[in-house]
Amino acid sequence: MAIVFKKTSVLTDTIMHYCPGCGHGIVHRLVAEALEELNLQDKAVGVAPVGCAVFAYRYFNVDMQEAAHGRAPAVATGIKRVLGPESCVFTYQGDGDLASIGAAEIVHAAHRGEKITVIFINNAIYGMTGGQMAPTTLVGQRTTTSPYGRDMEHCGSPIRMSEMLATIDGSAFIERVALNSTANIQRAKKAIRKAFETQMAGKGFSMVEVLSTCPTNWGKSAVESMDWLESSMIPYYPLGVKKEV
Amino acid sequence: MAKQLMKGCEAIAEAAIQAGCRFFFGYPITPQNDIPEYMSARMPKVGGCFLQAESEVAAINMVYGAAGAGARVMTSSSSPGISLKQEGISYIAGAELPCVIVNMMRGGPGLGSIQASQGDYFQSTKGGGHGDYHLVVYAPASVQEAIDLMQTAFDVADKYRMPVLILADGIIGQMMEPVEIKQGNASEPVKKDWATVGWSEKDFTRPRAVVNSLYIEVEELEELTGRLQARYAKIAEEETRVELYNTEDAEFMLCAYGTVARICKTAIAQLKKQGIKAGLVRPITLWPFPYKAVHDAIAAPSVKKALCVEMSAGQMVEDVRLAINGEKEIELLGHSGSRVPTAEEIAQRIIQMRGA
Repeated sequence: MAIVFKKTSVLTDTIMHYCPGCGHGIVHRLVAEALEELNLQDKAVGVAPVGCAVFAYRYFNVDMQEAAHGRAPAVATGIKRVLGPESCVFTYQGDGDLASIGAAEIVHAAHRGEKITVIFINNAIYGMTGGQMAPTTLVGQRTTTSPYGRDMEHCGSPIRMSEMLATIDGSAFIERVALNSTANIQRAKKAIRKAFETQMAGKGFSMVEVLSTCPTNWGKSAVESMDWLESSMIPYYPLGVKKEV
Repeated sequence: MAKQLMKGCEAIAEAAIQAGCRFFFGYPITPQNDIPEYMSARMPKVGGCFLQAESEVAAINMVYGAAGAGARVMTSSSSPGISLKQEGISYIAGAELPCVIVNMMRGGPGLGSIQASQGDYFQSTKGGGHGDYHLVVYAPASVQEAIDLMQTAFDVADKYRMPVLILADGIIGQMMEPVEIKQGNASEPVKKDWATVGWSEKDFTRPRAVVNSLYIEVEELEELTGRLQARYAKIAEEETRVELYNTEDAEFMLCAYGTVARICKTAIAQLKKQGIKAGLVRPITLWPFPYKAVHDAIAAPSVKKALCVEMSAGQMVEDVRLAINGEKEIELLGHSGSRVPTAEEIAQRIIQMRGA
């Protein structure tokens, strides 16, 4: 019988621990497929974050390091500086990890034009710790630490990391994508490929921000979550290429 | 090679390069800036990489990444900066990665002072970061000893897959002394088949590498900590270092490390002129602490009294008292606030103890 579809070899067979309707599984597959298509598996070293994707090192079938909360870009810097331009070093980080505790590390990795690729999952909430407010939580959004809805007067408005990092000279490719439709998932895959290609061409820092869902902590069904992503997140976080050199 | 006059920080940096270190990640802080400055000039000349990080936090995590990718790597800082590195040091210990960290101690707590101090003994030997781990801690008492210990530090780090700390103070870092750095003395590279350098299933020579300190199952974490503790027991047996100075027939035993130990030697010479026999037991490894050697030196029948001298309010003295376990009373001469004890002051204290 002819094989018409095969799971990418860049993912292990380990069963993922993610909740139903969570976007991590989709993004893991996109990243792994991109690495396979670009023939980068044996050059890749991934850095897992602290957050829901903390076990990413179990799922990506490449050499992996697990970083402290927020420090993945610094760890990736150390790896890339040792292994050099032939290697493909990527981090996989959530919004609490990247935009809050790791804000300094991500800004300066971009600022140095560090030739790494960052996969940034923005689901507007802390998932692993049980649904607390993230820097990307929308105004009015209820979380376990903003039970009356995020109040802009009290704790500011959500941070747009892609736009901010795009202002930095060292950034070579930055795009925001979303998982709310098949077409957008295809665009996400293309962006991830482009980010890896940017790194391998030695152009500088590359990042793909993926707007993703967290049904468990949003208190929504999987379908409602996709709708909310489209109706609430995309208007605040516009999709598209923010930087390309 | 002939001796040359070198500043402590620069000599330590050159010694690291001669020991095969090719990656340095750091952040400016006084009184150790001469190390990153020297590295920034030297590393590109030897095909290495110096990178000034955005913070001490980032620097130690760059060390984590580089060590995980198999490199000989180091960082340096001074007390407040070392506090910031503690998170990363704990992760490095948990992930069983080799690296060398230099702390040129300054006064604390808080911003403290920029002068020399020994206030980080507790932090260095009793944990520092969170969790059940230790660092091997070397305390050089001269620039030459600091140089020689750099090679040892990298070798021990690789041998046991763990972070090693050189705990010096601002005086060692800023002082110039005639020294000899052995050229091209780097030991053979250790095989690191656990390092993340790129892998695919086509390559069956090793399993996929994962550098990690997360063990979510109780049994798995206990397996790690058990492995670490077994390693620490072996290190205590094989790597403990101590210097005994004039201990034979001494009536008074001093115990000190680093710069203070040198001042003690001057005090011992002054006391000798007055016919008072004093000796010194100097831990070179602060962890593992040389409990037995310190015990034996102080418990010797000739010793009437013992004095621990420190540039702190009394930190190592706790280990000295643990070593002697109540057999003899240990007095303390401790200065915190970066004041350096003088030889005269130490000699005077021994004379007082003699009269008491």
